[in-house]
Amino acid sequence: MNARSEFLPLTNGGAVAWQEIPVWSVETLVEETAVALDDGARLCAWFGVPEGDGVSVVAVLARDAEGRLEVARSRPVRGGYPALTPRQTQAHLFERELWEQHGVKPEGHPWLKPVRRARNGAPLNGEFFRVEGTEVHEVAVGPVHAGIIEPGHFRFQCAGEEVLHLEIALGYQHRGVEEALPGGPHRATLAQMETVAGDTTVGHATAYATVMEALAGTEAPLRAQWLRALALELERLANHTGDLGALANDVAFLPTSAACGRIRGDFLNLTALICGNRFGRRLVTPGGCGFDLEPERAQRLLAGLDRAMGDLEHAAAWFWDSATVRARFEGVGAVSDRAAREIGLVGPAARACGLVRDVRYDHPAGWHRLAQVPVAVWPGGDVLARARVRWLEIQRSVQFLREQVPAGPEGPVRVPLPAPGGERLAVALVEGWRGEVCHVALTDAAGRFRRYKLVDPSFHNWTGLALALRGTAISDFPICNKSFNLSYCGADL
Amino acid sequence: MYVLDSLVYRLRRGCETLPYPEGPPPALPERHGGALRLDGSKCAAGCTACLPVCPTEALTRPGPAPAQLDLGRCIFCAACVTACPTGAITPTGDYRLAARRREDLVLGGANGPETARLAAALDEKLRRLFGRSLRLRQVSAGGCNACEADTNVLSTIGWDLGRFGVQFVASPRHADGLLVTGPVSEGMELALRKTWEAVPEPRLVIAVGACAIAGGPFVGHPQVHNGAAAVVPVDLFIPGCPPHPLTILDGLLRLLGRLEQAAPGCAL
Repeated sequence: MNARSEFLPLTNGGAVAWQEIPVWSVETLVEETAVALDDGARLCAWFGVPEGDGVSVVAVLARDAEGRLEVARSRPVRGGYPALTPRQTQAHLFERELWEQHGVKPEGHPWLKPVRRARNGAPLNGEFFRVEGTEVHEVAVGPVHAGIIEPGHFRFQCAGEEVLHLEIALGYQHRGVEEALPGGPHRATLAQMETVAGDTTVGHATAYATVMEALAGTEAPLRAQWLRALALELERLANHTGDLGALANDVAFLPTSAACGRIRGDFLNLTALICGNRFGRRLVTPGGCGFDLEPERAQRLLAGLDRAMGDLEHAAAWFWDSATVRARFEGVGAVSDRAAREIGLVGPAARACGLVRDVRYDHPAGWHRLAQVPVAVWPGGDVLARARVRWLEIQRSVQFLREQVPAGPEGPVRVPLPAPGGERLAVALVEGWRGEVCHVALTDAAGRFRRYKLVDPSFHNWTGLALALRGTAISDFPICNKSFNLSYCGADL
Repeated sequence: MYVLDSLVYRLRRGCETLPYPEGPPPALPERHGGALRLDGSKCAAGCTACLPVCPTEALTRPGPAPAQLDLGRCIFCAACVTACPTGAITPTGDYRLAARRREDLVLGGANGPETARLAAALDEKLRRLFGRSLRLRQVSAGGCNACEADTNVLSTIGWDLGRFGVQFVASPRHADGLLVTGPVSEGMELALRKTWEAVPEPRLVIAVGACAIAGGPFVGHPQVHNGAAAVVPVDLFIPGCPPHPLTILDGLLRLLGRLEQAAPGCAL
C-alpha cells in the first residue's frame, strides 16, 4: 500500500464503478477518514455493504472548499474494528447505525446503543446517560408530545431549571425505508422517497432522481433541472415561514404566528399550482419532472409569490421590531461554531453558527451550476441566529425565484431514463430546507440496488439540539426545538 | 410600532377565514384531481394495464369482474388514469372522500360503487355529545409529517377549526378521540394503544391519510402495521397522500353531522 492512500474523487450527482473505489483495510479507512476530517472534510455518509460473510464499510466525504466528494471503502470486516468516533465526533451516530444494521462493532465507541431498533413495542433505547446528585432530577418526555408533531423521546438531566444533559432517543417512526430498497427500485420506491420526510418531498425526490440519472449515465433535461431548483426554493419558503410562525407562537407573539400560519399555506399552494399537490408529490421523477411550468402558469406563480412575500415582510417586521421577541431568543440554546464543526451540523443550523456550508454553493449540481444562491450565515449559534438565517434565506429564495422563474430554458421536462448501470455507486447531495440530503446508491451486476443509503439532515443535527440545551433552562426547550425543527421520520427512516 | 402597525394591517385585511361551509368551498388546485371514479363497465375483458403502475397495489383484478380500486390504499398519483386504455378511471375533482367504513372506499370490482360512499354522521347520541364540541388528540405513528402539517393547517386563521368547536388538545385525558396519521410503525404501536386507552369513553378514532388507512407507500413492510385499524377501532377514514385540508375538514364536519347532504361544492 502507498504511504498516503488517496480517496477516489467524484462530484455531486456523479457515479463511479464499485471496482474503482479504493479498498483499504478498515484500520486504514478509519485513519484516512480521521485525517481528512481533521483537514476540513465533512462526513456525508458512513455505512456498510454486506459482502460475503463480512461487511465493507464505505466512507463518503465532502471537501466543501474544493467542491469535491470523496469515497473509499474497506475490505470486508467481521466482528469489529477500531471506532472512528473517539477521534471524530461526527461519526458517532453513523457508527451506532452500522453496528445496529450489520452487527459490526466499532470498538471503543463511547456510547454504543441502537439508533432505531424496536423491541417489545418500543424502541430499544437501552440505558440513558444519568447525572448523579441529590439536586439532580430527570425529566422524560414523549414519544407522544403535546401538539401535532411526530414522536420521539427526550430524556433531560436537570439541576433545578437548568438542563445539564439531554439525550434524544428516536426510532419510533422507523418504517423500514432502507431495508426495502435492495433489489429495487420497486414500484413504491418513488412514493417512499417522497415520504422519507414529507415536508422535504422535493429535496429527497430530487436526490433520488439525481442518483437514478447518475446510475444511468445521463442527466435530467435542463428544463427539469430548472423546475426542480424552483420547487426546492418553494419548499424552503413554506417551511422557513412555518418555522418563524412557530417560533413566534412559542414566545406568545401572536400577530406573526397567525400571519405565518396562513402565508405558509400560500407558499404550499404555489407548489400545488405547479403539480396539484401542496408538498410537491410527483413533481420530481427520475428522468425529469412530472409537470411543466408553462409561461402563463409561471406568471401566476410570480404574482402569488409577490402577494405572499408582501404579507410576510409585514409579519416579519413586527417580529424583528419587537425587543421582547429578540430578548427571548438572544443567547438561548447556543451552539458554538467549534461544536457545530465537530458534530458536523448542516443546513441553517450550521449557518447560524457562522459556518459557510451550503450544498447549492459548495457542490452545485443541476440548475445550481448555472444559477447560484448566496450562503446566508449569521454568527452566534443561538435561537436568534437560527431565526435570522431563516429570514435571510426566505429573502434570498424569493429573489432567486423572481430571477429564475422567467429564465427557464426551452425543451422537454422529462426523457425516458436508460436502465441503471451495473456495479456502480452514485452520490447525490441536495440542500433541502433543513440542510444536506444525501443519497448513495450501489447497484449489483444487474443494475438493481444492492445497497441504498439515505441521510436526512436531521440525522446530523439532532445532536446539535442536544448540545443547545446544555446550560439552558428546560422551559426554553420548546423554542430551541422549534429553532432546529428536525425530522423524526427522516432520522428514523 | 408593531402594535399599531399590526392592528391597522389586520383591520385592513378583514376576516381571512374561509366562508365555507356556509359559502362555497375553496377551489382545489387545478392539477389536483380530487377523488377518483372507476367505471367498471369500461374495463376491457382481461385488461390489467392499470395494475403494475400502481405504487401501493390499490388496484386489483382477481377474476372476470372489472378492476377494483381501493381509495384507502390509493396515494392519488393518477398513474392508473394515464395507463387505462379505455378511460375507466377518471379524476372527479371532488374534494369529498371521507368514509365511515373501510369497504366504502373500495370501488368497482364485482359490485362496488363507482365513487366512494361518503361518511354518514354519528348516531344521535354521539352527535349530541360531540356535535358542537370535539376535542382530539393527534398521534403520529410513523407519519411523514405531511398529513400532520395539513391537519395543523386547519387550526390557522384561514380554516379556523375552532369555529366548529373542534380543537386539538395536548392530553388524551382531555380528548374525545384520536386523529391518527402514519402506518403505525412497530415503535409506535404501544404508544398508540396507551394513548387510546387514556381517552375516556365513548371515544372516536379518525384515520387520516393513506398510511393510517392501509399503510400507504409502506404497505407490507414488516416494520409497520398497515394502518391504525390494526391497533384501534377506526370510526372515520380520510383518504389522500396527504389529504387536502379541505378533505380533512369535510370529513370531520360530515362525521359531526354539520354538513347537509347537498352541501355547496358538489358541482366541483
